[in-house]
Amino acid sequence: MNERILMSGNEALSEAAIIAGLDAYFGYPITPQNEITAYMARRLPEEGKVFIQSESELAAINMVFGASATGKRAMTSSSSPGISLMQEGMSYLAGAELPAVVVNVMRGGPGLGNISPAQGDYFQATRGGGHGDYRTIVLGPSGVQELVDCMPLAFDLADQYRMTVLILADGILGQMMEPVVLDKKPQRKLPPKDWALTGAKDRGQNIVRSLWLAEGALEKLNYKLQAKYKQVQQNEVLCEQYKLDDAQIVVVAYGIAARIVRSAVDRARAAGIKAGWIRPITLWPFPTEQISRAAEKMRIFLVVELSCGQMVDDVKLAVAGKAPVVFYGRAGGGVPSVDEILERIEQLTLPEVKNVHKSVSA
Amino acid sequence: METVFKRTPTFKDKPTHYCPGCGHGIAHRLVAEVIDELDIRGRTIGIAPVGCSVLLYDYLDVDIIEVAHGRAPAVATGMKRTNPDKIIFSYQGDGDLAAIGTAEIIHAASRAEQITVIFINNAVFGMTGGQMAPTTMLGQVTTTTPQGRQASGEGYPLKISELLAVLPGAIYIERCSLHNPAQIRNAKKAIRHAFELQINNAPGLSLVEILSPCPTYWRMSPAKAMEWMETEMTKVFPLGRLKSFEF
Repeated sequence: MNERILMSGNEALSEAAIIAGLDAYFGYPITPQNEITAYMARRLPEEGKVFIQSESELAAINMVFGASATGKRAMTSSSSPGISLMQEGMSYLAGAELPAVVVNVMRGGPGLGNISPAQGDYFQATRGGGHGDYRTIVLGPSGVQELVDCMPLAFDLADQYRMTVLILADGILGQMMEPVVLDKKPQRKLPPKDWALTGAKDRGQNIVRSLWLAEGALEKLNYKLQAKYKQVQQNEVLCEQYKLDDAQIVVVAYGIAARIVRSAVDRARAAGIKAGWIRPITLWPFPTEQISRAAEKMRIFLVVELSCGQMVDDVKLAVAGKAPVVFYGRAGGGVPSVDEILERIEQLTLPEVKNVHKSVSA
Repeated sequence: METVFKRTPTFKDKPTHYCPGCGHGIAHRLVAEVIDELDIRGRTIGIAPVGCSVLLYDYLDVDIIEVAHGRAPAVATGMKRTNPDKIIFSYQGDGDLAAIGTAEIIHAASRAEQITVIFINNAVFGMTGGQMAPTTMLGQVTTTTPQGRQASGEGYPLKISELLAVLPGAIYIERCSLHNPAQIRNAKKAIRHAFELQINNAPGLSLVEILSPCPTYWRMSPAKAMEWMETEMTKVFPLGRLKSFEF
């Protein structure tokens, strides 16, 4: 399939997952991602693959746990409240070093929140979310084509590192329709799954576990995980940069917020303001080095999120005091307009405001 | 000399961590014997619960996964649906299956998952130190029912097998006990039948509930525990086949 077709984000990512070799999908209904479950329910049986509507998100993530332990490519999807329920399973996946792909089509929170788009789950996604000292790889695509391209990458990363890969989308990305090309195939050469539970035929027993009671055993596992996470940080950072060379202001945003920022920055440029942007694609591992390099030139950083400020913490850590970092966000389903962001850019680049920020950062 | 008894190969030659008089060792051996007699070791995957039997893989020499508390039937579902040729069994205690995992076992049965469940009912939470389980008997003293379990406030012993037996997707339900050799032989027959149903693609879930002694947290001698099972536990949890399946 090389032609461009019009699809919603939820349906496009589902088809992309199937093309990427998905063996089984398990999910529980929740808005705004119900098109994924419906699509999988229709398409997977056609492919001779497994679809189950689970009794809860707890069950869904544990069905993924079971299928993945046998070496199959398995995924689930949900939206914010459901992803909270899956955190137990994601911690066990990390402890047992099983690959999995989880899609979070974020909605407003906390609590039941609402069904509008939001980016309030960044902390949960990038800090591990569940209990224990672990990481998940987090991808934050900003359009339907990128959602599609993320799926084979997510399955490859999951299999290569035996980790959970979380796709952090939002209600707009899931619902909006864009033309996409569905020809992305998995690219990587992957290690054999010799750890998988397939029945101990002509070999010794395989065990998948996360309990380590002997003295020092769990500490050893933790260091092994950390070594793996370091490799991911060294090799898998993805980010996009735009017009940074002469930029006086750098706007940092991911996902759907980055789409709005892109328009705002273009309009700022048209008005003669030297603006650029950085768009993290991997939210963990975070593009710390790229942002740190950009901060060498003493610019102003503006971070835009559909939250009250979460990724801004990572930007501040990367900037490390070398430049002022200002936040603008809308929460609870609010979405900033291009005008709102442009206004912030204009305010921050007025000569007197720049001086204020310099004195603040000094 | 002729060998009249030997260790079944799937049961590892390893001292268990279980307390004196615990029933898990017996139940493990029965499962191991059935796996060897049916010659399914090479295509069997076991699921260990959270509870005293979490280290099941230390004793049974088959592929085993250890899963979150109560979630074994969901994990089994993920395994069996993607591997219909494999024999999937979970081994779960009463805290795991009858408390935190109630939703998972009921829905796995409701979906008629073709899995085998070995459900060990010892009427108490063992690993955490003897708290009340849903299956704790009325009047039974535990660390969280110091006056004995009262129906008012602490509720009644939960009869999982009876609950499951009404579901069309649960095709074979039998309650057995380990309180004497005859009952142990009967429990083995039930376990074997449950595995045979799965091997023959019977269209649903099989569960064997096994009443099992916990002398440590019943505060009894092992001999007294066996007697209490026979005289008291079987009154609340009557033995026998609650649901049969014929091809």
